[in-house]
Amino acid sequence: MIQTPESEKEMSTSAQPSSLASVANAKPARTQPTQATGTGLEARGIHAWFGSNHVLSDVNLEFAAGSVTALIGPSGCGKSTFIRTINRMHEFIPGAAMAGEVLLDGKDVYASGVDVTKIRLQIGMVFQKPNPFPSMTIGENVLSGLKLAQLKVENKDELLESCLVRAGLWNEVKDRLGAHGGSLSGGQQQRLCIARALAVSPQVLLMDEPCSALDPGSTLRIEETIRELSDTMTIVIVTHNMQQAARVSDYTAFFLSDGGPGQMIEVARTSEIFSQPKDQRTENYVTGRFG
Amino acid sequence: MTTTAVPSKPWEKSSRDRVRDFSFFVLAIAFSYAFVGVTEMKGKLAYAFVFFVAYGVIVSVFSFITRGAPAAKDAFVKTLVALGAVITLMPIASIILTVIRRGLPGLKLNLFTQDMSLAAPTDPLNNGGLLHAITGTLTLVVLALVMSVPIGILTALYLTEIKGKFSGPIRFLVQAMSGVPSIVAGLFILSAVLYPITQSYSALMGALALTILMIPTVARTSEEVLQLIPNDLREAGTALGGTQWRTVAMIVVPAARSGLLTAVILGIARIAGETAPLLLLTGGGDKVNPNPFNGPVGSLPYYIWKSFNAGSPESLTRAWAGLLVLMLLVLILFIAARALSTRKVSK
Repeated sequence: MIQTPESEKEMSTSAQPSSLASVANAKPARTQPTQATGTGLEARGIHAWFGSNHVLSDVNLEFAAGSVTALIGPSGCGKSTFIRTINRMHEFIPGAAMAGEVLLDGKDVYASGVDVTKIRLQIGMVFQKPNPFPSMTIGENVLSGLKLAQLKVENKDELLESCLVRAGLWNEVKDRLGAHGGSLSGGQQQRLCIARALAVSPQVLLMDEPCSALDPGSTLRIEETIRELSDTMTIVIVTHNMQQAARVSDYTAFFLSDGGPGQMIEVARTSEIFSQPKDQRTENYVTGRFG
Repeated sequence: MTTTAVPSKPWEKSSRDRVRDFSFFVLAIAFSYAFVGVTEMKGKLAYAFVFFVAYGVIVSVFSFITRGAPAAKDAFVKTLVALGAVITLMPIASIILTVIRRGLPGLKLNLFTQDMSLAAPTDPLNNGGLLHAITGTLTLVVLALVMSVPIGILTALYLTEIKGKFSGPIRFLVQAMSGVPSIVAGLFILSAVLYPITQSYSALMGALALTILMIPTVARTSEEVLQLIPNDLREAGTALGGTQWRTVAMIVVPAARSGLLTAVILGIARIAGETAPLLLLTGGGDKVNPNPFNGPVGSLPYYIWKSFNAGSPESLTRAWAGLLVLMLLVLILFIAARALSTRKVSK
């Protein structure tokens, strides 16, 4: 039986690790220096409330430019809330409040006088559920960010192609860019949403459980995409899948809520979190003893 | 080796089942005739009523014998639901059939080429027509559309997108407004605009009253449609760096397009046949009036009302023909709007 290199690769990446040590070794070390712009992102003393409900307490995290950071933890511990405070999507929920600073290239995104739409252009976001715009074609979807923010581009076709190539979708859709986004499969729709986020060339990409609604094959494609993107941008990914965190991230932060507001328990290199976590609760979680 | 599989639908009724169901049907009809013949209940309605009761009982008893009490209840409720559907359908079908039957004899070509300026309603049918009424109704509908659709949709956007402080009171007032009797809208425009300001009948006056009636329909339906648009899309638009206005204009409204057109269609349906305010405000001219802002203008409802009042056989035929044309006009508007709304929208 002849194996193509393609299927060989799939097999090796889809093999389920049997022990923690192999999980921790799943992500290869970075081979080339990052080309990401900016000096990265820093969250200082982030608290968040919904009404009088304190959901997130004093989170301090630094995201180096060009790194991939995974946020793990049980449901309801504030991971999603945390990343939504980074690009100021938190404030859309009625009754939401926050405290702390989010520094992008050293400037607080919550400072008065900051244009919030510009912030969201620099900090892109991919949501849990694929949400291509139903009234637009595949091509229009990718370029929708430019239209929304009224940006001008020299060569739209080139940008369209490069975004779809980077999102790993080009080969599948290049012949039907005029079709509607809803005609794609779930995994393709999610990669379309990634391409859409890339079109406005953000420095930072936030991903809120991007693979939770997808099958394992699509998940692998998106993980490959994340690794390729990490050469040029800072990525923060929320995930419930610890193998995924191990496969794609450089750093992992563990969040937990013990009845009160969610807290960030521990952050370290991903290999350390999975092999020798400092906190007992982290170890319990990553070894599957709870959560 | 390959087996040849024939596609079949084992869940469908067999021909024996069909014969059985049909015989139940015939049995119920026979029973209704027998029952009406023997008892004191008489009339067409008695046949229908007895038939339905008999059919329901026969089917339920059969189900009870073959499959027990739950199946019997199921069969009985099925008959009740079918009865409800038929009762709803009957007046509608009856109206349409009556209008077509009575209106067709009056439908002549000169109806669409002449107005009534040189003819009386009692004249023979080949003299005079309802060109003035058709153009008048179209003018009224278009003017009302131009005024009410922007207001209605903006109101809906305020309620769903901005969700401002006044959402509650506005929603309440819009709902209350949809209950305003059309004559009240007519009298309001008469006393607030026509007498103090313009002091003349015109299509605009009629359209203002129709606008009052149309806004609540458009606003409420649009609001419901916009609320169905998933919040994900709004978040995605905002997260891509769009302002709220850009997100709403580029994503939310296009996604709701076919629903918003339905809202407009329902609005047209609400006003196209409105008569009371037009009697007060348009003056009901018999001549085509090209100026929508001044002078009396005819309309189909007005023409129908006037022709019925004239009372001769010719004028009655005219009225029925007018009704038929009004129904066709509304139908054409419906189809046009439906075609527009499905033109470019995929699933």
